[in-house]
Amino acid sequence: MQALRLSAYTLTSAVGAGLASHLDAMRRQRGGIVRKRWETVDFDVCVGEVDGVDDVALPPELAAYDCRNNRLAQLGLAQDGFIASVQQAVARYGAGRVGVFLGSSTSGILSSEVAYRQRDPATGALPADHHYRETHNAYSVADFVRHFFALSGPAVVVSTACSSSAKVFGSAQRMIAADLIDAAIVGGVDTLCLTTIYGFSSLQLVSSNPCRPFDGERDGISVGEGAAFALLERGDEAQDGDILLTGVGESSDAYHMSSPHPEGLGARAAMQQALQQAGLAAADIDYINLHGTATPSNDAAEGAAVLALFGDATPCSSTKGHTGHTLGAAGGIEALICALALQHGVMPGGVGTQTLDARLPCNYLLQTAERPLRHVLSNSFGFGGSNCSLVFSRVGA
Amino acid sequence: MMASANAVTIYLDGLSLLGPGMHDWASAAACLLGQAPYQPAPVTLAAPAILPATERRRVGAAVKLSMAVGLAAVEAAGSHAANLPNVFSSTGGDCDNCHNLLEVLASGERLISPTRFHNSVHNAPAGYWGIATGCTEASTSLAAYDATFAAGLLETVTQAHSAGKSCLLVAFDTAYPEPLFSFRPIPYSMGVGMVLSPQRSAASVAELRIGISQEPATVMADAQLEELRQRIPCARSLPLLQRLAGGQPGRVVLDYLDGCRLAIEVAA
Repeated sequence: MQALRLSAYTLTSAVGAGLASHLDAMRRQRGGIVRKRWETVDFDVCVGEVDGVDDVALPPELAAYDCRNNRLAQLGLAQDGFIASVQQAVARYGAGRVGVFLGSSTSGILSSEVAYRQRDPATGALPADHHYRETHNAYSVADFVRHFFALSGPAVVVSTACSSSAKVFGSAQRMIAADLIDAAIVGGVDTLCLTTIYGFSSLQLVSSNPCRPFDGERDGISVGEGAAFALLERGDEAQDGDILLTGVGESSDAYHMSSPHPEGLGARAAMQQALQQAGLAAADIDYINLHGTATPSNDAAEGAAVLALFGDATPCSSTKGHTGHTLGAAGGIEALICALALQHGVMPGGVGTQTLDARLPCNYLLQTAERPLRHVLSNSFGFGGSNCSLVFSRVGA
Repeated sequence: MMASANAVTIYLDGLSLLGPGMHDWASAAACLLGQAPYQPAPVTLAAPAILPATERRRVGAAVKLSMAVGLAAVEAAGSHAANLPNVFSSTGGDCDNCHNLLEVLASGERLISPTRFHNSVHNAPAGYWGIATGCTEASTSLAAYDATFAAGLLETVTQAHSAGKSCLLVAFDTAYPEPLFSFRPIPYSMGVGMVLSPQRSAASVAELRIGISQEPATVMADAQLEELRQRIPCARSLPLLQRLAGGQPGRVVLDYLDGCRLAIEVAA
């Protein structure tokens, strides 16, 4: 695979806005999940909520896009000089040669959830000022980002549940390889909404406590929200210290809509393909950022797949105890946690996990470890059996 | 006028169409060429026989539609569904299911069905496709509002070249009931399936050279077909389908995004 350089990246989640707060959370094993009454949810729920989303004001010309998801997108874009980096790429390549590939599972559906509570009692109509196209509809966040940067190239939202914003790295890589674009804004944005909080609760997949990935007593996810953005360009002029996307692996379970294959066959195929694309052996991977949602069946399937492919020595952890499960944004957030891990030589110890599941004897890090890293792998698996693994590498490491 | 300098060549091995008044590709082709009268009418959809009975009960129009066009395209290509990486492109996925969840969440009880919730993910049709066909290849589900067909075509073409093998595109749209219908008035369900290969083979029925262009989109001369083209994202494909139905080489421009369209040179 033609490697791509991450020429800029940023992420925002419950642990804070921007890279510095995430590096701090990784080093200090600081989590952002809190128990609260969220919106009109009629029970206490542990969520990874991002501070300050309600205070974000969109540019006046993009006012129709105003919703929680696009506010979080803008909050995320505003960190770490990311906007300036994109503008430089647009100046270099042209507005038509920079693509937008973002993942989201629920987009701005919260806007329609609220609008359905405000239907006209006589006609059933939604409020006339509801902006379905710019908020709820699945493409909304890529449309917003494309307008935010006044781009005129390809754009899409990939929506494959919890693998969405990992898979966009592959879509962008293929589009650059075909020479249809020169650079891509990739990542994902998903925000808290009633659909996911009540939906995962209906499947009895939400923990009543902050989630505990790979713990023997784990009992479900904590829903989170987040925004991750990276600027991808061709990697042929990469310098020492640059972070490269070197492998993308994708597969389907073809097994069940909401349960993974029990032996993690699809997960294993995705990891194998990512290694193959990167030209690496399992032993070359220094750290694995697990999908690690903390549901009993997900972690068991992923653990089995990791053990089968890597054995029990490769350091690994899930950062969902830090951020909560940010669903459609999780692949992007965790890809960029991997970039931070490579850049700073930090393997984050898990948050929330107390006693490892003895049935999953992976080298799961309960304490953060710091040492130089060369190649890391990030796993993302979603409903519908959608699997994606990414390999990132540090140049000159 | 040239297409973009950077065009990608792909071979069409199989094609399917299910839409208002268009029950299959053969009857649709006649309508597209003006050889048969075109009369739009809602699509009738059967429950997919290849889904296990437990899953068959749980699926709505989006799964029935996408599975029907996917299977028809694979059959037309003489291919095997299990071997094909696939792309499911749809502006709204299962709109009925989404409406139902929103209604329940706006009610006092909020007792949403677990099945409806897992069916609400945009990749639910792709998930059922995998379960039905045993396909464990890469699968991407995407959306780009009115640009969804072209976005899906680009994803499939670039996937086929990267994978070095044929890929399946299933482009489909369903309609919301009210009250969201007023905000997204898609008049009919419609689906288009294509098996696209990076290499010419005995199965190839056309060569497509696809590039990005700023030219205006090709429109349909027939007023009813043009209305479909404008109102159903998947029907943005109609100028290409008309060209393919005629079997003559030529060039069409498909609508995509503002300032960005797809110019396609069709050859034998």
